[in-house]
Amino acid sequence: MTRAFLALLARDLRLASRIGGSGVMGLVFFLMILTLVPFALGPDLNLLSRIGPAILWIAAVLSTLIGLDRLFQADEEDGSLDLITASPLPLPAMVLAKVTAHWLTTGAPLALLSPVFGLLVALDGVGMLAVAATLLVGTPALTFIGAVGAALTASIRRGGLILSILVLPLMIPTLIFGVSAANAARGGTVPFTTPFLILMAITLISGLIATIAAAAALKQGE
Amino acid sequence: MWTKLANPGFFMRWSGRLLPWFAGATVLVFATGLYMSFFMAPPDYQQGETIRIMYIHVPSAWMALFLYTMMSISAIGTLVWRHPLADVSQKAAAPLGAAFTLVCLITGALWGKPMWGTYWVWDARLTSVLVLFLVYAGIMALWRAIDDPGRAARAVSILTLVGALNLPIIRFSVDWWNTLHQPASVFRMDGPTIYPAMLYPLLVMGLAFALLAITMHAYAMRTELMRRRIRTLNILEAERLDSRAAA
Repeated sequence: MTRAFLALLARDLRLASRIGGSGVMGLVFFLMILTLVPFALGPDLNLLSRIGPAILWIAAVLSTLIGLDRLFQADEEDGSLDLITASPLPLPAMVLAKVTAHWLTTGAPLALLSPVFGLLVALDGVGMLAVAATLLVGTPALTFIGAVGAALTASIRRGGLILSILVLPLMIPTLIFGVSAANAARGGTVPFTTPFLILMAITLISGLIATIAAAAALKQGE
Repeated sequence: MWTKLANPGFFMRWSGRLLPWFAGATVLVFATGLYMSFFMAPPDYQQGETIRIMYIHVPSAWMALFLYTMMSISAIGTLVWRHPLADVSQKAAAPLGAAFTLVCLITGALWGKPMWGTYWVWDARLTSVLVLFLVYAGIMALWRAIDDPGRAARAVSILTLVGALNLPIIRFSVDWWNTLHQPASVFRMDGPTIYPAMLYPLLVMGLAFALLAITMHAYAMRTELMRRRIRTLNILEAERLDSRAAA
């Protein structure tokens, strides 16, 4: 079972890095949003630094959506989903493998590179570390929640728009605690650990709910 | 007995006989409730006459949650027992719930203008109701996206239940994020804090809204059952024509 899990993970990572995969696209999209915000708000570095964590988090939420609509749809179309379903790997474990691969190619590089992006919005050292830590802990929750939507819309043509409508409201708690943890680290009345621990809890809960729900959605879609 | 009552054909018969009575009761209770809230309830010593918006605003918020609960229970019925009537109940509840949520948002905005000086504030309760409305919108969008009713019902059930698990988390996080609204004043462990002369009209209006929701839900279920019957008849007719053309 572990071998099947790792094989699926490796396959998805390979697919994401090859032509047609959305590997680096998420990062470029992230940078794109980050570039647009100062054009809308003006180049005031004080303002940008104050709302920096919020901008980075919004950008992270939006770039998680990239490629999410193809998470199960591509496999559904070429029939590999049936093969995976027939393998000894239980469906929730299969969802976990695919979500991990998606996170490793979108969420994780984003979180690791966020200190660099933080320079663009004039974050200080503590702010950069806090944003990186919250993104590292919080983006898995975004991908998990997104996977439910991806599984529900796997068989719908042009499901990308409806996917965003389904999952964005459910991402609000992650966004709230991610941003408030990052802001708390830079000073304020709330200690950093309180929202940070809740953020971790949200990631764990959505991991549990999402793997089961996405597996159920894929099963009924057949 | 429940299985018999929930048989779609039998449901059409008993609901058809009961519904006029329910509609009549709704009108009567609404007339009483509106009279009580507009002529008998005293104006608030701080908010004046605008307090009367509450008699529409609060019951619609209750109905928004009540219909989501009903949808979640029906979703379990769809997933566990694959009951066709559960699908129908789920589908009928979604637009109704969204409508009550919208009424709650609009009356809230109208009440907010004289009270807070602005139509919209990003306060915790308003925001959670807005998110509830977005979840309803997502559910309705998914209903429209899948054309096979059975498959759509199962997909929507999963989304509804995931939403039901998430709504308390959203509520908690929005509360954390900001709170400005007054805390709950009717359903509390130590009894209601609202003045009785205002509480009774509110409860009567609550009953009126509940009757309205149940009546409209049953009507919507009947419409949906007929729509499915027509769909099946259309498919059968198309198959008949098809086989005749082939022969």
